[in-house]
Amino acid sequence: MSTFEFLLQGIGIAMQPMNLLYALVGVTLGTAVGVLPGIGPALTVALLLPVTYRLDPAGSLIMFAGIYYGGMYGGSTTSILLNTPGESASIVTALEGNKMARKGRGGPALATAAIGSFVAGLIATIGLAFIAPFVVKVALVFGPREYFALMVLAFVTVSSAFGDSTLRGLTSLFIGFALAIVGIDQLTGQARMSFGVPDLLDGIEVTTLAVALFAIGETLYIAAQGATGPDKVEAVKGSVWMTKQDWSRSWKPWLRGTLIGFPIGAMPAGGAEIGTFLSYATEKRLTKHPEEFGHGAIEGVAGPEAANNASAAGTLVPLLTLGLPTTATAAIMLAGFQQYGLQPGPLLFATNPQLVWGLIASLLIANFMLLVLNLPLVGLWVKLLTIPKPWLYAGILLFATLGTIGANPSVFELGMLLGFGLLGYIMRILGYPIAPVVVGLILGPLAEQQLRRALAISQGDPSVLFTSPIAAVLLTIAALALIVPLILRARGRGQVLSQLAASED
Amino acid sequence: MSELSRTQSATSRRPDRAALAVAVFLGGLAGLIFWDSSRLSAMANYSKIGPATVPFVIAWCLLGLAIWTAVAAFRSEFPARERQDIPPVAWIVGGLVLQMLLLRIAGFSIATGLLFAFTAAGFGRRKLWITIPVGIVLCLAVWLIFAGLLQLSLPAGPLEHLFF
Repeated sequence: MSTFEFLLQGIGIAMQPMNLLYALVGVTLGTAVGVLPGIGPALTVALLLPVTYRLDPAGSLIMFAGIYYGGMYGGSTTSILLNTPGESASIVTALEGNKMARKGRGGPALATAAIGSFVAGLIATIGLAFIAPFVVKVALVFGPREYFALMVLAFVTVSSAFGDSTLRGLTSLFIGFALAIVGIDQLTGQARMSFGVPDLLDGIEVTTLAVALFAIGETLYIAAQGATGPDKVEAVKGSVWMTKQDWSRSWKPWLRGTLIGFPIGAMPAGGAEIGTFLSYATEKRLTKHPEEFGHGAIEGVAGPEAANNASAAGTLVPLLTLGLPTTATAAIMLAGFQQYGLQPGPLLFATNPQLVWGLIASLLIANFMLLVLNLPLVGLWVKLLTIPKPWLYAGILLFATLGTIGANPSVFELGMLLGFGLLGYIMRILGYPIAPVVVGLILGPLAEQQLRRALAISQGDPSVLFTSPIAAVLLTIAALALIVPLILRARGRGQVLSQLAASED
Repeated sequence: MSELSRTQSATSRRPDRAALAVAVFLGGLAGLIFWDSSRLSAMANYSKIGPATVPFVIAWCLLGLAIWTAVAAFRSEFPARERQDIPPVAWIVGGLVLQMLLLRIAGFSIATGLLFAFTAAGFGRRKLWITIPVGIVLCLAVWLIFAGLLQLSLPAGPLEHLFF
């Protein structure tokens, strides 16, 4: 069957009434949680994972798709109406969007973000559908050593290529690795790093770690900043509709943003942020209204927001076709797959095409729903933004612990949640990135498996890792991605890289 | 030139203690992995590549990172840190500990309601006689939705047994 037929079949699955309902619940919950200040897409997905526990795999993944897109959208609403530069993926949206809102043009800013996200999501999801089978074909010739090399590349780009310190990025990654070896070894069945504690034999849950680092660590950090004044929420005054001029200034940035965002997301390089920064820089250079930049230029919202969503869809290319998560959000989605015993990768396309194509199709549907849902409901989202901090964070911790208790109602699990929460808090104070820990925990065991398979085939000769041309090229790129930023930073050119840092998703 | 070297020597005299603590932590973690994997390799020494291989590599890398961190600590290469207010952190951690200890005995609603109130207290709402009841009622509602409708296994206590 061709891609087109597969996609049609997928749409058929996604249009079943129950699945439509799941998608609707997903986008609504995703937007509602994503809108809350301080909650990025990664945490949104981690917090809402328990809601899907009792569904069948297809329904749960469809709801997940909705949560993912909804969470991305909610984040941009927050940054337009509330200047929260803490959320990295929509940091650029905050630059111009918040200025627009202050000038009373919050409505058109939200509208161009919503429609731009829709356009980008639509094009990028179709792009995903057409690229995925091609990547799957390439991936089928990959052996263990090629996979291992690919994962090494992902490790380097996630941890140290961007951000402000190679040392701290790598440290985060290796803390993730250290946590990853806890539990029963997959190949020999021996217990590692579990010290006779039965609770540790199953290893450390990705969701427990992610929720602890993002929700508890972040809450502790915000609380420790002491009593700061309430954040100012910009009211949405006037019409939410865009004028003719807004449209004519927005459509090109949407398309350019998509073109920039999608390939960056699709490469195993991680981070929606890079695309948004590039798109912002492009729009700033091409605009006919350079004087407006920094004071609320609509192009500066339209382009980056499209790039953001396009790269969110792009991230699904390596995730679905190679099983390779390149962001914390993707890592948690991978954990969502694994709870049903599904391992994303080329095999999943062959063994479970209904599931994969149903998922891709429901991304398209979620995208439509968001467009229809969001502009009319803007008033409701604004209300969510005005929840006072004590109640907001008390609620976040309530749901964070609810997820952990729901997955495994044990005191030990809650103890781990607290321990990792404190770890996240300390890492946050000292400026360590969080995402590499999560990616290291979930991808570490997979990389180890591939490495040991490769070495078993070669009977222990490590040179086999470099002798395949594909693996050699990938490892060379990985080495360059590790060394070049080190040199750049040593020469004092690190600022650019730290701007591109992927701090959360 | 002289001023530059003076500031450098001034900073190098005071190593970053928090960063040094991180270095010690990383070194300790490496030691723990070495200790645990040496036990493994004694059990499985018939094969060159076994369950202990990768942990050994990770431990060596952690050791390297520990040394690197220590060097960075002496050079004061870490970014400036914001002042941390400890009492709010203590409130929230206290809430999490209470929840952990009470979950089995008192059930989800009471334990999590206390966490709710303590977190709010960490953010400045210290009127516990209001926030604790509010938290417990809210958590009971959450329990009814998640345990009742979504069939999540949340521990029940005396309060929940009134309903089921």
